[in-house]
Amino acid sequence: MSTRTFGEPIKRNEDRRLLTGQALFIDDVELPGMLHVAFLRSQVAHAKIISIDVSSALRRPGVIAAYVAGDLGDYWQPGPLLVPPPPIAGIVFHQRTQVPLAKDKVRHVGEPLVIVIAESRYIAEDALDDIDVELQPLPVVVDLEKGLAAGSALVHDDVGSNVSAHVRQTKGNYAPAAARADHIIKRRFLYEHGISSPIETRGVVAQWDRRANQMTIWDTTQAPVFVRNGLAGMLGLNERQVRVIAPFVGGGFGPKIMMFYPEEVLLPWVSMKLNRPIKWIEDRLEHFFATTHERGQIHDAEIALTKDGRILGIKDVFLHDGGAYDPYGLTVPINSQCTLLGPYVVPNYDSTFTQVFTNLPIVTPYRGAGRQHGVFVMERLLDFAARELNIDPAEIRRKNLIPPEAFPYKNEIIYQDFQPLEYDSGNYEPVLDMALEAIGYKAFKDEQVAARLQGRHIGIGLACYVEGTGIGPYEGAKVQVQSNGKVSVATGIGTQGQGHFTVFAQIAADQLGVAVTDVDVVTGDTDQFYWGAGTFASRGAVVAGNAVNEASKVVRKKALKLASDLFECAEEDLVIEDGKVAIVGVPGKFVKLGDLARQANPMRGAVEPGTEPGLESTQYFGPKMGATANGVHATIIEMDPRTFELKILKYVVVHDCGTVINPMILAGQIHGGVAQGIGNAFYEKLVFDDQGQLLNASLADYLLPTALEVPRMELGHTVTASPLNPMGIKGAGEAGAIPAGPLFAQAIEDALDLKGRGVELLEIPLSPSRLFELTRHAQR
Amino acid sequence: MDGDFHDIALSVNGKQYQRRVESRLLLSDFIRHDLALAGTHVGCEHGVCGACTVLFDGQPVRSCLMLAVQAQNHEISTVEGLTGKDGEYHPLQQAMHDHHGLQCGYCTPGILMTMTAFLDENAAPTEDDVREALSGNLCRCTGYQNIVDAVMTAATRMRGR
Amino acid sequence: MKPAPFKYVVAASLEHALSLKAEHGDDAKFLAGGQSLMPAMNFRLAQPAILIDINEIGDLAGIRRSPAATRIGPVTRYRALQRDAAFVRDFALIGEALPHIAHPQIRNRGTIGGNLSHADPASELPAIAVALGARLHLRTARQERWIEAPDFFVGALTTALQPDEMLVGIELLLPKPRTGCCFLEIARRRGDFAIVGVAAMMTLGERDECTDIRLAFCGVGETPIDASSAADVLVGDAPTEASIRDVASSVQGMIDPGGSVHATADYQRHIAGVLTERALRTAHQRVRDGR
Repeated sequence: MSTRTFGEPIKRNEDRRLLTGQALFIDDVELPGMLHVAFLRSQVAHAKIISIDVSSALRRPGVIAAYVAGDLGDYWQPGPLLVPPPPIAGIVFHQRTQVPLAKDKVRHVGEPLVIVIAESRYIAEDALDDIDVELQPLPVVVDLEKGLAAGSALVHDDVGSNVSAHVRQTKGNYAPAAARADHIIKRRFLYEHGISSPIETRGVVAQWDRRANQMTIWDTTQAPVFVRNGLAGMLGLNERQVRVIAPFVGGGFGPKIMMFYPEEVLLPWVSMKLNRPIKWIEDRLEHFFATTHERGQIHDAEIALTKDGRILGIKDVFLHDGGAYDPYGLTVPINSQCTLLGPYVVPNYDSTFTQVFTNLPIVTPYRGAGRQHGVFVMERLLDFAARELNIDPAEIRRKNLIPPEAFPYKNEIIYQDFQPLEYDSGNYEPVLDMALEAIGYKAFKDEQVAARLQGRHIGIGLACYVEGTGIGPYEGAKVQVQSNGKVSVATGIGTQGQGHFTVFAQIAADQLGVAVTDVDVVTGDTDQFYWGAGTFASRGAVVAGNAVNEASKVVRKKALKLASDLFECAEEDLVIEDGKVAIVGVPGKFVKLGDLARQANPMRGAVEPGTEPGLESTQYFGPKMGATANGVHATIIEMDPRTFELKILKYVVVHDCGTVINPMILAGQIHGGVAQGIGNAFYEKLVFDDQGQLLNASLADYLLPTALEVPRMELGHTVTASPLNPMGIKGAGEAGAIPAGPLFAQAIEDALDLKGRGVELLEIPLSPSRLFELTRHAQR
Repeated sequence: MDGDFHDIALSVNGKQYQRRVESRLLLSDFIRHDLALAGTHVGCEHGVCGACTVLFDGQPVRSCLMLAVQAQNHEISTVEGLTGKDGEYHPLQQAMHDHHGLQCGYCTPGILMTMTAFLDENAAPTEDDVREALSGNLCRCTGYQNIVDAVMTAATRMRGR
Repeated sequence: MKPAPFKYVVAASLEHALSLKAEHGDDAKFLAGGQSLMPAMNFRLAQPAILIDINEIGDLAGIRRSPAATRIGPVTRYRALQRDAAFVRDFALIGEALPHIAHPQIRNRGTIGGNLSHADPASELPAIAVALGARLHLRTARQERWIEAPDFFVGALTTALQPDEMLVGIELLLPKPRTGCCFLEIARRRGDFAIVGVAAMMTLGERDECTDIRLAFCGVGETPIDASSAADVLVGDAPTEASIRDVASSVQGMIDPGGSVHATADYQRHIAGVLTERALRTAHQRVRDGR
C-alpha cells in the first residue's frame, strides 16, 4: 500500500462548503408545506400530571395540532434499552427508559408534556402559553445519598427504590493486599462533568410521503442506522421505507448519539398523521433540559501502597447520578470503573457503584463518557500518596506504569464493550518522559521559587490516563470507482466535524492511487449505506476507517486483476497511481481507473459468474475489542492568591493513538478536547437547586471557555501501533478532555501550596469562589 | 391578535431586497429563511455564542438580537458575500482552510464575519488582540488555537497585498 | 426562543417617542441597542405590547462638550464612546470599563442609555455613573427633570423612570485636576457581568494629600453601591498601604452582597476588599504619574 497521504496533514475536503456557508445543517432543510414544532415542557422536576387542556391552543390561528401522551395510542411506549447491562455477575439493573410525552408523571424539568404543531415556530411558542397544565408537585430527588436513604421520594415508584443499577467488579483480592500495605490513603471525591453544549443544538425534520410510501428523516444524530432501524419498527414500516440522513452536524460530543429522544420518536409520527413535513429545532434553552447530560459521581476510594509507592490495590465505592431514566444502561459508570485503573499496574481492585435515579435530565456519554471521573480518583490518590510518602508525583506514576513488555495487559474486569478489559498495546514511560521534558519539569521548582519572590504563585500539574477506543461491534464501507475516475466512499456513521470526509478519503486515495480531493465521502445517510453502529467512543476513524481500508483494498485488487487481464501481464508488473493503472517501466501503457470501472460494467456481454459488476466493494470491520490509547497532560498555571483567578501559562499534551492518519485533524481533536477539559475543570458547572431547577440555564451563566480562557497547547506524540487492526490506529476523539480535572487540582494545590496549608482539592469543577471557600480556614 | 407586518427594503451582500415581515421576526431568521441565506447560523438566540454574527453597515452584530424590521435601509453582509465572484476565498477563508481552523463549521460563518471586520481595522494584530476580538464567538470543537493562527496568517497575507 | 408578538413603531423624533410612551406607559418599551432587551424578549421574560425604536433619532446619539459639562446622548453606542479618544481620556473610568462590557459585537449596538435604564446590578456603567457624580436628564412628553445617579438606580433592574419617561441625556463633569481613576472588575470570563467591580477616583492636593475619594461598586447590591464614605478616613493625608487596607476593611463591612451562581456572598465581600486596595493603589499611582 502506498502511503502518500497517510500520516500527512492533508487539508480538508469538506472545508469549502463550510467556509462559504453552503453546507446543509438541520435547520437549513426547507420543504414545501413544512410545519413547525414547539414542546410544552415541565417546569417542575417531579410531579403527578393531573390534567392537560390544549383546547385554547388549538383555537389559536396558525396552530394545526397539539398532542398529549394519550393521543399517541399504541405508539406511546418507553424507548428501547440502547445498551443492556454488561454480563457481570451479581449485577442489579432496573430498566426505566424515557417516554415520548410524559403520562401520569413528570420526572425532570424539561420533560415534554405536549407537542404543538403550527405554521411557524413563533406561533407554536405562542400556543404554549395557551395550554393549561395542572401538576401536583412531588418531593424532588436531587441528592444521591438522600435519594438512596429510606423514606426518599421515588423517581420510579414501581422500582421500590432509586437504585437504577448496582455493580461490583473485582480483580485479584483487595482485602489481603490492604492488610499488608505500608500505607493506605482514603478520600471522598466529588466529580461533576457538564453538558456537551455544541454550538448547534439538536433538530429533527420528518417528511412522510404518502404516495411514495417513504419516510425521510433528517436528524442531528450520531447514529443514523440505529435510529432508522428503531423508528421503522416503531412506525410499523420496513427499514427500507425509512431513510435517516444526518446532515452536517454542528458538533456531537456524545449526547447526539442518545437515541429515541422524545422529539426523534414524535416527529415522524406527526408527519404521518398530518401528511406534512414537520420540523423541530431545539433552542438553546431547551438544550439545557432536553439533551442528555453528564453529571456527578461521589467516590469513597482508597489506595493501598508499599512505602516506596507501589500500588498494591484500590478499593472504590461510588454513586453515579444517572438522571430520571437509564436508556444508556451503565456505559458511563462502567467507563469510570474501568478507566480508573489507568496506565498503572493495579494487582487488586474492588470497585462497586450504584447508579441512582434522580429527578434530573438523563445522563448519557459526553466526550470522555465517565472516564474523567475515574481518572480524577486515581490521579488524586497518587498525588496524596506522593505527598505522604515524600515521593515526586512524576516518579510515583512512573514506578507504577505498566511496562511495555506486559502487553496485551489484562485488567480482567468487564469494559463498556462487554469484553474483559484488555489493553492491546502501549509504551507508557516515553510518553511521560516527553511530557516532563516539554513542560520543563526539572527546571520548574527553581522557576517557582523565583516567581514567588516576585509575588507570583505558579504551579505545575501532571496527569496520566488511558482511553479505551475503537470498540466494536463493527462498521462498514462501500468504495466504488466511478466511470469519471472519481472514487465514492459511503459509510454508515455520521460526521460532526472530525474530518471523516478527509480521513476516509486519504485511506481510499492511498489504496487506489487517486488524489484525496477526487474521493467523495458520504456519511450518515442510511440510503447510501445500510449497516453500522455510529460515531461514538472514539471509534469512527478506527472502525469505519478500517472498513474503508478493507473495501479499498478489495477494489484495488479488482482493478489490478482487470488491468492484468487487459494488458495480459502479471499483477505484480502493474502500479496504480495518479488515477491510472500502468505497467511498471512502460508509462505509455496505462488505463484510467474510470475506464476500468466502465469496462467492469458492460453494456453488452456478461459479467462472469462469481464476480460483480463495477469496481466496487463493501467490506466490514469488527474489532474483537477496543484499542487502548494513552496520554499525559502537563500544565503550568498561575493563580492570583487573593482573587483565585486562573491563568494557564503552558499546556502540554503527549499522546499515543497508534498510527496517525492525519496529524492536523488529530491535533484539532486534541485542542478541542482540552478546551472542553478546561471548561469542565474550572468554568462549567450545572447549578441545580434542591428542587431540581437549573439556575444557570443560559450560555451567559453556563460558562463555555472562550479564546481568552483556552491557551495555546503544545502537542507531542508517540506511536504504538495497535495490533487489533491492519492500519494500527487507535481512537483519539476524547483524549483531550479526560485528565483536566486532576491536572488542575494538582497545579492549583502546587501554586497555592495547599498541601502545606492542610487543604486538599477533592472536587471538580473548581472556581475562584469555590477555592476561596475551601481555603479560607486553612492554616496560614 | 393579528400580526404586525411591515414592508422593508434592505441590501444584503450588495443585492437589494424588498419583503413584508412581521415585526417580531428576528433578523437571523429573516436572513436564513426568508432570504434563504442559510450560511448564518443560530446557536443561542440570547446574544452570547456569536454564531449568528453578520455585518450591519459594516460592523459585526448579533443578528439574533435584531429584528428584521430594523434592517430597513441598512446594508447587511453575510458569509455568502465573502467569496469573490468566481468563488475565490477571502484571505481569512483561505487561512482557515490552511490552518484547519474549523471542524464542524457551525460557528465558522460568525467567526468569519467578526474577524474579517476585525482585520479590516487591525492590519497587524498581536495574538492577544486576536484572542480578545475572538472572545465573543464560542467554538466548541477547535479550542481556538488554529483559528488564531489563521487570523494571524490572514493578517500577514493581507498586509503583503 | 422567539419573542411574543408586539407592535413596532419607528420613532421619527424625540417628541414622537415620548408621546407614544405617554400613551402606552409600561406597555411600551424603547428599543435602542437591544442588547439587554432582545435577550429578555427572546426568553419571553419581557413581553412589551409596543416597541418604540429610537435608533433613528439622530439627536439622541453623540457626545457634546461644553465648558459646563460633557453631555452624552442615550443612544450613543459603546463603540462610539470607545473610539472617542478625548472622551476616553477625560473619563478614564469609562474608558477602562468599556473592554469589560460584553464583546465587540455587543458594543457595536449597545448604548449607554440602554445600559443605565436596564440597571443590571452587575453592570459596570451604573457604578461608574455614581462614581462620576453623573446627572441624568429625564423627559416626558410634557416635562423634564434632572436626577443624580444614585437616585436613579432604585433596585435590581429598576430605575426611577416613570412609565412615560425616557432617559435623554447623561451629564458628566470632568474630574478635578490631579485626579487618578481606576476601574477594576472580577468576572468569570472577560466580558461577563462583574462578580464585583469597583470604580475609584482619588484627588490629591498640593501636598499630595488626598482631598477627595470616590468609590462605587457594582455586583454587590441590588443597585450600585456608593462606598465613598468608607474612604473618608483617607482625606487629609497621603494614602499609605495601611490606610488603604483600612478602607478595604470598611468597605467589606459596609456592603451586603447577595451571592450568585458564580460566587458566594463571602467571596464577593472578600473580592470587594481586594479590589478596593488595588484600585486605590493604582488610582494613587496614576495621579503621581500624571495620568
